Amino acid sequence: MDYAGVVTLEILYMIAFLALTSAGLAIVFGMMRVINLAHGEFVMLGGYTSIACYNSGINIYFAMLLVAPVVVGLVGLIVEQSIIRFLYGRMIDTMLATWGLSLLLIGLVTLIFGNTAVSMPAPITGYQLGEYQMGGYNLFIILVTVALLIAMWAVLRFTRAGLIARGAMQGADVVSALGYDPRKVYMYTFSAGAALSGLAGGVLAPLTGLLPSSGGAYIAKAFITVITGGAAVISGTLSSAVILGTVNQLVSFASHPVIGEIAMLALAIILLRLMPTGITGRFFRDGT
Amino acid sequence: MRAWPSVGHIRWGWFLLATAILLLLPLVTDTHTPSVLLIWALFALSLGMMWGYAGLLSFGHAAYFGLGAYTYAVAVINIGESTVPLILSMLVPAAVAAVVGAMMFYGRISDVYMGVITLLVTLILFKFMSATAGDAYVIGGARLGGFNGMPGFHTLNVPGYPEISLFGLPTYYVCAAALLICYLVCRWILARSFGRVLVGIRENEARCELMGYNVPAFKTAIFTVCAAMAGLAGCLFANWAEIVTPRVFSLGQAAEVLIWVIAGGLGTLIGPILGAISLGYVKLLLGEQTLIDNSLILGAVLIIVVLGIPRGVVPALQGLWAAAGRRARGRAGSGQGARRTLGASKPEHT
Repeated sequence: MDYAGVVTLEILYMIAFLALTSAGLAIVFGMMRVINLAHGEFVMLGGYTSIACYNSGINIYFAMLLVAPVVVGLVGLIVEQSIIRFLYGRMIDTMLATWGLSLLLIGLVTLIFGNTAVSMPAPITGYQLGEYQMGGYNLFIILVTVALLIAMWAVLRFTRAGLIARGAMQGADVVSALGYDPRKVYMYTFSAGAALSGLAGGVLAPLTGLLPSSGGAYIAKAFITVITGGAAVISGTLSSAVILGTVNQLVSFASHPVIGEIAMLALAIILLRLMPTGITGRFFRDGT
Repeated sequence: MRAWPSVGHIRWGWFLLATAILLLLPLVTDTHTPSVLLIWALFALSLGMMWGYAGLLSFGHAAYFGLGAYTYAVAVINIGESTVPLILSMLVPAAVAAVVGAMMFYGRISDVYMGVITLLVTLILFKFMSATAGDAYVIGGARLGGFNGMPGFHTLNVPGYPEISLFGLPTYYVCAAALLICYLVCRWILARSFGRVLVGIRENEARCELMGYNVPAFKTAIFTVCAAMAGLAGCLFANWAEIVTPRVFSLGQAAEVLIWVIAGGLGTLIGPILGAISLGYVKLLLGEQTLIDNSLILGAVLIIVVLGIPRGVVPALQGLWAAAGRRARGRAGSGQGARRTLGASKPEHT
């Protein structure tokens, strides 16, 4: 019974992890059809920001929930203005340029922080579930993810900004028809996506520890979650996070964590082969 | 005007010059560094052929490079003589590519999703190979060795004489010969109707399909051939490094070859080769110092090339060269030059 509880919590954590790390990428992909391969490095920057803040004595929750998203959001703004905006409509070129950006950021962080692992302690202690010791911080991450998804849904559904964003998903001309400048909208969208990545990085930093090359660990999972999910931001991310996360953890428990990850990647390939436009391209067509 | 460089012919003069330079290079320098540069050039050539001419962008071409390296190491440990492993190191990546390619191309996967799937294949191999430490992962007599890789296998030997293994200068000549032969194979493919159809697919897939060509079969075929070439490069790399580690499947390796190809030039064969040799050399130089991180430079190069010269250095230079030629002809005689330009552009319309 306890074991079943442990497995359930681990599956929930994995789903939350996938949804959290891919939310930023999903927004940028869903609205702008831009695949940002530097996404993992945005997550990594968020982690470094919150660790740097924590080390200089700033409150840990303030650092990870506010400072990290703001800093990475600003980085996103600069990146959009200096690179991305020249490449709209050229999907492959955007992927190549953001891959270059990812290498560049890894190099920069290595220069600044050195190629050594940094970490910070989790602010929530573990608890006992039957005879198993569980990490309490995992629960916090699940909560943050749920709150984030609800907030994203509410913003998209009920606010003016959400309306424009949903217009942007339909296409740039819809934004123009609503009376806004698509370039501005794209700029803010990219920045918001980067901020979400920063939030993910900040929140996950106590669990994972960080290296300059940590981004690679996030990008692969976020990437397949978003692509298998399809263009719809919330339902897509959530449905593929549920499928991939469940498979990953079940196979991991049954055999070995590495086999679990391989099963997840292989499943993504099969899903893409069967549904080349993603899960939402096939089953949900209403946008959010 | 033709948008892309011409396809079929070889400039034999340049080819012989390149051959002579490769033959004589060992007289002036040590062969260790040139060997690996030639191996990288071969790897870049295999991607450049596929991407530049057939328009197929594989984000995970490193998978086939790595498969070639691992196949060689595993086979040579089990067999002891290097001829069969060398052939296997091309056949195994080709077979994997045939399966992956057929799955993608007969499924009509678009270019972005092809990028994702090829990258996922590489990631799967990277994860798997990194986790193969321990006694459970043994193929015949070969331990896969997990993240530490597989050291201590026999390098290439003279076919039929396992005791005479190649080292140093002979290895360099093997690499040079492999590059030159693969270059000729690429040229030969491009000169045949097979190559023409590939270029046709790149330019307009629907039209090729409507003309009755089996587009997925063509794509799968070229994907397989290029994977075999990448496998050969991987095999030579294993011989050069004398160790195979999962790093051959890493994201960094996958990114590097893309950067070499796109910086050198799409739609040429010499571009990827020169891109790999020059950027590979820069990488080796940067590896000797710790002031500036290597990936910083690579990343900057990739961004600058995509933004500034999206078709790569060699085609850009060729464009400049052609423009300079036209200007020179224009100055030589106004009436004559104009007539020749007219005459040259006429066949395009017929």
